[in-house]
Amino acid sequence: MQKEIIISGFGGQGVLFAGQVIAYAAMDSGKEVTWIPSYGPEMRGGTANCTVVIADQEIGSPLVKNPPLAIALNLPSFDKYEPLMQAGGTLIVNQSMVDRGAQRNDIHVILVPCNEIAEGIGDKKLMNMVAVGALLTALSQVSLKDVEKALEAHLPARHKHLLPKNYEALKRGFETHTKRVG
Amino acid sequence: MATENLVYDRPEGFTDTPTHYCPGCTHGVAHRLVAEVLEDMGLIDKTIGVAPVGCAVFAYNYFDTDFVEAPHGRAPAMATGIKRVLPDRVVFTYQGDGDLASIGMGEIVHAAARGENLTVIFINNANYGMTGGQMAPTTLPGMKTTSSPNGRDVETQGYPIKVSEMLSTLEGVGYCVRRSLHDPKNIRLAKKAIRMAFETQVRGLGFSMVELLSTCPTNWGMTPVNSLKFVEEHMVPAFPLGDYKISEAIKQIKI
Amino acid sequence: MPKELWKGNEAIAEAAVRAGLEAYFGYPITPQTEILEYLSRRMPELGRTFVQAESELGAINMVYGAACTGVRVMSSSSSPGVSLMMEGISYIAGTEVPAVLVNVMRGGPGLGNIAPAQGDYNQAVHGGGHGDYQPIVLAPASVQEAIDLTVLSFDLAEKYRAICMVILDGCVGQMMEPAQMPEMKPIQRANWDWATDGKMGKRERRILTSIYLDPIEEEKLNLRLLNRWRTIQANEIRYKEYFLDDAEIVIVGFGTAGRVALSAVRTAREQGIKVGLLRPITVSPFPSEVIDQLAGRAEAFLVTEMNSGQMLEDVRLAVKGRVPVEFYGRLGGVVPFPDEILSEIQRMAKIKLSANVHPRDAWLERMAKV
Repeated sequence: MQKEIIISGFGGQGVLFAGQVIAYAAMDSGKEVTWIPSYGPEMRGGTANCTVVIADQEIGSPLVKNPPLAIALNLPSFDKYEPLMQAGGTLIVNQSMVDRGAQRNDIHVILVPCNEIAEGIGDKKLMNMVAVGALLTALSQVSLKDVEKALEAHLPARHKHLLPKNYEALKRGFETHTKRVG
Repeated sequence: MATENLVYDRPEGFTDTPTHYCPGCTHGVAHRLVAEVLEDMGLIDKTIGVAPVGCAVFAYNYFDTDFVEAPHGRAPAMATGIKRVLPDRVVFTYQGDGDLASIGMGEIVHAAARGENLTVIFINNANYGMTGGQMAPTTLPGMKTTSSPNGRDVETQGYPIKVSEMLSTLEGVGYCVRRSLHDPKNIRLAKKAIRMAFETQVRGLGFSMVELLSTCPTNWGMTPVNSLKFVEEHMVPAFPLGDYKISEAIKQIKI
Repeated sequence: MPKELWKGNEAIAEAAVRAGLEAYFGYPITPQTEILEYLSRRMPELGRTFVQAESELGAINMVYGAACTGVRVMSSSSSPGVSLMMEGISYIAGTEVPAVLVNVMRGGPGLGNIAPAQGDYNQAVHGGGHGDYQPIVLAPASVQEAIDLTVLSFDLAEKYRAICMVILDGCVGQMMEPAQMPEMKPIQRANWDWATDGKMGKRERRILTSIYLDPIEEEKLNLRLLNRWRTIQANEIRYKEYFLDDAEIVIVGFGTAGRVALSAVRTAREQGIKVGLLRPITVSPFPSEVIDQLAGRAEAFLVTEMNSGQMLEDVRLAVKGRVPVEFYGRLGGVVPFPDEILSEIQRMAKIKLSANVHPRDAWLERMAKV
């Protein structure tokens, strides 16, 4: 089994870190994984994205044209990736930053108010973790527990005090999506 | 019993190889001064020389020390690589004006700016000797060369570059002076300067360079004697001799 | 040692440190700058040499100088910077001193862009610098391979007194993958009988130079290098095979183009197409012999590259016209997606191929229609 995820948003929204957290969780649970960012001048203030591939065997292409899973943290990312999604795929959209609904009906578009949820927890920067939490409901390779453990293992020591709030953000994102799908 | 008093011999710093330099060229003098200083200071065994591209490309044949041969102009970069991994060795480059002041201007400026603990012997003879006397960055205004047949036209070919003056503005430079090789008095002064430059390096006091005004009788089209006169009358006024930078710590050195 | 998530560039830097790198000289250029940045912190911490040079010219000549002393030394750059280094590379080859150079290739020619590309294959593999020499060139396709080949590059460089280049594209440099680092190797200065590290009262003086004014002497050097190259060819060829046992179509691709092809091969296999992949790891020396053998039993070849078909010519030389060789490339920093290579495989499985048209011409015609 192989799953590809694209995470996209403005620079500063924690796009690359969100992908790394998933990559760490996949690695720690014994999976093959690749993480690749868009890099260079487009990183400086513009949109950023990264691609994560999780598999049970040696991974071929680290890049994917039509992802089955994606997170769009802002409107330009929503506009870019909605048409590219694999049919039947799941696109987590940060509802706080978009002013429209889904245009395709052959994919699952899950609107999650990531900013508001993160602000509710008390740290707006955790919106990326809310989105990751929501994505996990559609990602069978990595569990919520795997991601929590990965955060604990790989978050730099100086950020360790933020762990409880990160867990809370992941959980809130995970539950929001579960509720909607249910 | 009458004894013979030896007043002149090959310095220990030399090999037995005769030099390939033209008659009257002062490269031989400069080589000898370096070899004498290395011998006087007991440094021959721990010295690694870096030869340039130019007339001194075969300098490595003449010094009895380890030697490497750099690409054109890159001797200060090569010397940096050697000195950084072997900081207790003595490393010097021996470069001409085309090598140092034209194609290697970037390397020399940055080695000096970084304050690399190197010694640079810079031979300024106002032309590219090895390739047959073309215009160099140090060619005097109006001076005829094979690539400035009507004389260096400063309007289109610029003015000579005064390297010692330029490098002396850099903080990393400990010792930077210009001397000449046109007569015995100046040769003695040049030797003293070369000694100070190596003393600077041995003491870890930064980048050291001695610029030596030199002759090129063959390419200048002069007799050796006239070429020495040319240095005195034309080169020295254009490239004034003097101490361009001697840091306070180096001024305290007593030999 | 457990696996950690490493970024390709930083993994190369740490692997070099663990292989005993004593001195690094470099200059910033995207997409390899992380190597320089990582070592600017790591080398001084270990009391080793790090210098940010004034240019790539400066950097490679510092490498040249340090290499003459016999220590493990390296530089890294990206395409335009490596062009500047070509002078030094030729001198290093001509002086027969070991050095390692990493090229994280980007789109070109000229300033090009900073996207992943493989356009420097010919420059790396077929020379680049002046004169008659052959560099050893290794092409990793993953972070783990980047680590392993970096370590290997120091051993090969020393073993053959040669320059060893590691070429990767920005993809491998920027990508993170779980990978295992080797143990830290203590610095051990080998007592080379050629190093110019000062006589120190122990021996006669040594000279290291690339000048042989007498053509007969230069020819002797050329022949010495050539004979050494034949030993390298006989002993150091490395490649990886996927699904080649019964393959009717053989894909040849290195680095990222090779691993992207792997995805396509897997999908094609699911569709019942007998296709396999040969991924050269040493692109110089080139695995011509294995291609020669494959050409005896395969029906067709497909070369995939992120350039205009540079390795293609080496594959064609090995195939010797026995079976059709097709080409698919993306240029200028575009990374192919697996479906592009898959449609090539599907096309090749369906139609009768001709060996009469040059594969590059045929590919350009197909591209024009898209």
